[in-house]
Amino acid sequence: MRIVDVKLIEEAIYEMFLTCCVHPDRALSGRIQDALAVEKSPIAQSILKQIQKNIEIADQNNVPLCQDTGMAVVFIDIGQEVSLKGEYINDAINNAVRRAYQDGYFRKSVLSPITRINTEDNTPAVIHTRIIKGDKIIIRVAPKGFGSENMSRIKMITPAQGIEGIYEFVLETVKNAGGNPCPPITLGIGIGGTFELCALNAKRALLRSLGESSEDEDIAVIEKKLLNDINKLGIGPMGMGGSTTALAVHIISAPTHLAGLPCAINVQCHSVRHESRTI
Amino acid sequence: MKHLTVPVKDTDLQPLKIGEEILLSGTIYTARDAAHKKLVELINKGKKLPFDIDGAAIYYSGPCPAPPNFPIGPCGPTTSYRMDSYTPQLLDLGLKIMIGKGKRNDNVVESMKKNGALYLAATGGAAALLMDCVKSSTVICFPELGAEAIRKLEVKNFPVIVATKANGETVYR
Repeated sequence: MRIVDVKLIEEAIYEMFLTCCVHPDRALSGRIQDALAVEKSPIAQSILKQIQKNIEIADQNNVPLCQDTGMAVVFIDIGQEVSLKGEYINDAINNAVRRAYQDGYFRKSVLSPITRINTEDNTPAVIHTRIIKGDKIIIRVAPKGFGSENMSRIKMITPAQGIEGIYEFVLETVKNAGGNPCPPITLGIGIGGTFELCALNAKRALLRSLGESSEDEDIAVIEKKLLNDINKLGIGPMGMGGSTTALAVHIISAPTHLAGLPCAINVQCHSVRHESRTI
Repeated sequence: MKHLTVPVKDTDLQPLKIGEEILLSGTIYTARDAAHKKLVELINKGKKLPFDIDGAAIYYSGPCPAPPNFPIGPCGPTTSYRMDSYTPQLLDLGLKIMIGKGKRNDNVVESMKKNGALYLAATGGAAALLMDCVKSSTVICFPELGAEAIRKLEVKNFPVIVATKANGETVYR
């Protein structure tokens, strides 16, 4: 049994949020540069340059990239051979979020869905815990903004519609979203499983490094086709036209029931923010 | 690049072209979902609004807290469609300019035509860059709304794109 102090997890999560609200996915700048090289529309060029400049200014001033520092989503995989010592892990995670959002001067966006009264410290975090093999703890965090979250959708597609039904659903979702989710977007797509598993897989897919394709070759082909088709829609950066509507499509699939084909699409804005750490 | 100072004159707006980039300077007011709800409640009760809306510019934004030595935190635009249900009532009272991101609905565009208003788009997510263009920020009402309070901002060379004009022309695909 490996004993891990929960304090260690709290400190790691605190630092991860402080980092990723300011510094996006390391591949983002390169992807924006690639887009600038091919984008012909002058408005698209200008917007992409602003996005690039914004990444630099956030870094120089050590301030968040985007004022929507999101809801704090935490994925934590705990090795079966780990014994946690100290306070209840979810309390420690919420402490980390509370401290990071306070110390980082991040926006507190979490409130009651009914009364709309703000909790004032961006807690509670959305926590997904899994037990894995071994004696390691893998933590992944992602602050999720709601301009893009609001454009996310889920659909129970029929087996008869099959893969064509998935293509149609994805393109329709991106078209309906237009400029609202701050394109160029990244899509996390969950295919298969049950209603809730495909939604969770869609979110999980967004944790992959930007543009990293699926290890499953069949899935990688679908990712590539969808990215290509989305970028033919002409929506462009901020919905003002152009060939850069999406930077990447990440898919996670799971076995499903013979009667169904659930599909969830989690939309991510251009501020792709996540961090990962192993303890 | 063309400069525009707010408050504007009607004659400033006519020559603007859809998709044109302009640098905005002057006074703008932040208001988003919760503040819009409160403003419209005041209007429906026949009460006075907390700032003079006639000729004003509203920016759909809820900034981060100001870090030490900065007047405001990062402050990019939020998605405008969520304000659509409240907007025509504000336009009827003289609201001249809206700054946000994303398409507006038909009711808003019709009301913009009727009232001669302008909709400008700021780049969503460019919050650190836009923060640099804000010279001062004061909460003028609804402080209980936190990030959603109404702030009076003085901006200089704030980059925006002409998104929808009073004749109904729009940049959105």
